Amino acid sequence: MKKVFLTGNEAIARGAYEYGVTFASAYPGTPSTEILENIAKYSEIYSEWAPNEKVALEATAGASMAGARAIVSMKHVGLNVAADPLFTLAYTGVNGGLVIVSADDPGMHSSQNEQDNRNFAPFAKIPMLEPSDSQEAKDLVGEALKISEMFDTPVLFRTTTRVSHSRSVVQIGERQEAGIKPYVKNPEKFSMIPGFARKRRLILKERLKALEEYSEKFPYNRVEWGKSYDVGIITSGISYQYVKEVFGDEVSVLKLTMTFPLPKKMIAAFVEQVKEVYVVEELDPYLENQIRAMGLKVRGKELIPEIGELSAEILREALKGDKVTPAFKPYTSVPPRPPVLCPGCPHRGVFYVLKKMKAVVTSDIGCYSLGVLPPLESIDSILCMGASISMGHGFKKACEINGKDATVVTVIGDSTFLHSGITSLMDAVYNRSNTINIIVDNCITAMTGHQHHPGTGYNIKEEPAAAVSLEAVCRAIGVENVLVVDSYDLKAVEDAVKKALEYKEGPSVIIARRVCALLKGKGPKGLYSISEEKCRKCRMCLRLGCPAIQVRGDGIFINPISCVGCSVCVQVCPFGAIEKAGDE
Amino acid sequence: MSVKSIFISGVGGQGTILAGKVITTALVNQGYDVKMSEVHGMAQRGGSVITQIRYGDRVYSPLIEKGGADVLLAFEKLEAVRYIEYLSSEGTLIVNDLEMPPASVLTGKEEYPPDIVPRLKSEIKNTIVVDAVSIARECGEVRAQNMVLVGVLARVMDWSKQSFIKVIKDVVPARYVQLNINAFERGWELGG
Ligand code: SF4
Ligand code: SF4
Repeated sequence: MKKVFLTGNEAIARGAYEYGVTFASAYPGTPSTEILENIAKYSEIYSEWAPNEKVALEATAGASMAGARAIVSMKHVGLNVAADPLFTLAYTGVNGGLVIVSADDPGMHSSQNEQDNRNFAPFAKIPMLEPSDSQEAKDLVGEALKISEMFDTPVLFRTTTRVSHSRSVVQIGERQEAGIKPYVKNPEKFSMIPGFARKRRLILKERLKALEEYSEKFPYNRVEWGKSYDVGIITSGISYQYVKEVFGDEVSVLKLTMTFPLPKKMIAAFVEQVKEVYVVEELDPYLENQIRAMGLKVRGKELIPEIGELSAEILREALKGDKVTPAFKPYTSVPPRPPVLCPGCPHRGVFYVLKKMKAVVTSDIGCYSLGVLPPLESIDSILCMGASISMGHGFKKACEINGKDATVVTVIGDSTFLHSGITSLMDAVYNRSNTINIIVDNCITAMTGHQHHPGTGYNIKEEPAAAVSLEAVCRAIGVENVLVVDSYDLKAVEDAVKKALEYKEGPSVIIARRVCALLKGKGPKGLYSISEEKCRKCRMCLRLGCPAIQVRGDGIFINPISCVGCSVCVQVCPFGAIEKAGDE
Repeated sequence: MSVKSIFISGVGGQGTILAGKVITTALVNQGYDVKMSEVHGMAQRGGSVITQIRYGDRVYSPLIEKGGADVLLAFEKLEAVRYIEYLSSEGTLIVNDLEMPPASVLTGKEEYPPDIVPRLKSEIKNTIVVDAVSIARECGEVRAQNMVLVGVLARVMDWSKQSFIKVIKDVVPARYVQLNINAFERGWELGG
């Protein structure tokens, strides 16, 4: 058997391949994005980017209903979007095996919250598996598909950043074709009108009972007896690795992999056999609460933090009282290095203009969220995908109704607009909002690493595809004032905003368009430099926050390696000191 | 063999991910159990980035604990100071003699700490300072700085040179192979 070195996400893709999946869908979101990107490399699996997670899950449910093995993947907050179909899918069940991957982000490396999606399994009443390394990630896709088909249920497959983005050695195998199961029309199973749903609700209850029995015998739920029976640790997912790192075989470990339904007898027997039991888990006391509800005495969150990522280090301190004293300490305060908008990023100029205007800016999720940080600091709110337009609408209405004046501008990216901004815009049109809505269209899903979306004209395999026109969509839902500008043309952006301010017949849309500066071969070309004679050190250009513009001593310079020649700084300099210095 | 840990820090876009890939592929080929952790997403936009590598007979945690790194390989000076707590007391610091000022320094709000190299050298006895950018430029491409640093690391860790050259041939696009091998070898010489 061949051994390869895969990330958890690559391993999940490999699992989809080996265990006969033929349909896969997703919307990109860190840390889940590479699952579908890697699945798309296998020609045996049809794969597609969906406009959002709800659509992705529904399309996957359709493929499963047709009899195909299917997988859908998303980040934790994506499952909130897909929650509507999820809860009822638990009732209908499946035909071909259906796996729903939720990649959670404890510590919020690249997310707006750190919700623990294990809670979805008991809430939606579907079984859940949690891999703890890449080998398990691959193997458990096969187990999940098997469970899905055996028990007629979607299966939640929950990973976290450290499983999805860590590499470990994986033994890979050959693809086993699963073909397509016959489809037999059965509305009592697949059409959830109340009369049918009530019957399915009872079936769901029976199913969970059967699944609990299965969990007791599921080989990936296992006890690893250690040298001593004094201490027992119950754990799952990545936390298992930290437990083994800290304790090796000093303690006995109950490693849970099917974490819903829990193998209650197995847990009770384990607690019985060891003196003291700890539950080690990241984020919520998910296991702990259920184990306590069984009447068992365990310790967990009283010792182990429920906020942020866990690590061997935290565990060592919490359970052993060993605090590491590092040999070396930084001898000075270290200036932070947060992510920044790239040199030449088309979003920069738009936020620069907005800052001058002193508008209330409700924004959204994407690279442009960075407009909240200095020096641009133009954003008032960021909540969830699509919220910019609807929150702006509510803000504006509340002000109007209470006799307050407010200029409200909403900022949303192209991919986010197609994900869930269209319905919000419809709300603004239908309920006559006077908001100004800017779609910062960089023609790609940039933040997650440049994935296509329904507006780019290409599909996941880089084949030409139909392209949704943003302006046509806006007009079709009733926006009459649609303006299109070049994001690099600051005056055009400013004029468009002014025009939109004068327009009082409903919401305006400004599409500020320029491809992402990082898109290979499509970004700007050129080089600018600051003339030492003309520069009067007014520091206006620094307000753009372009990483290519640097202060050295008392001079201001453009770093020729970083500058991509977008010319935005040229338009900001009041003394014409920034000049073209090259074409490359 | 007990587990060894290599902590790599740098700035998004410097090629730390490819460096991690070359190192771990070589270690896997040598039959070790290996784990590597990296973070994607927002961090790519010029932010501080880290890659953690652990290898041995059996590796559990993909993360390195403070004071647990046998080597801290810093692609930039500030990123050496930022993660210095991870280096073990007997560990080796390999630091690229490169200054990439973060936004707060570029805009004059904060100062880039002066004298990083002499201070690190005086505190950490095993410190290797490498001007990887100049060496890479001599090899023909500034971006090959990552392979120069991998070369230094490979020598410090006493890894097989040939196994790395093979991996570079496997993972680097054909037209950059020779350039990267040259960069690796220049680093290798410095690691002795
Ligand atoms: S990736 Fe593109 S959109 Fe994102 S910050 Fe960079 S230039 Fe802007
Ligand atoms: S032209 Fe100005 S704003 Fe654009 S990348 Fe170069 S320095 Fe930055």
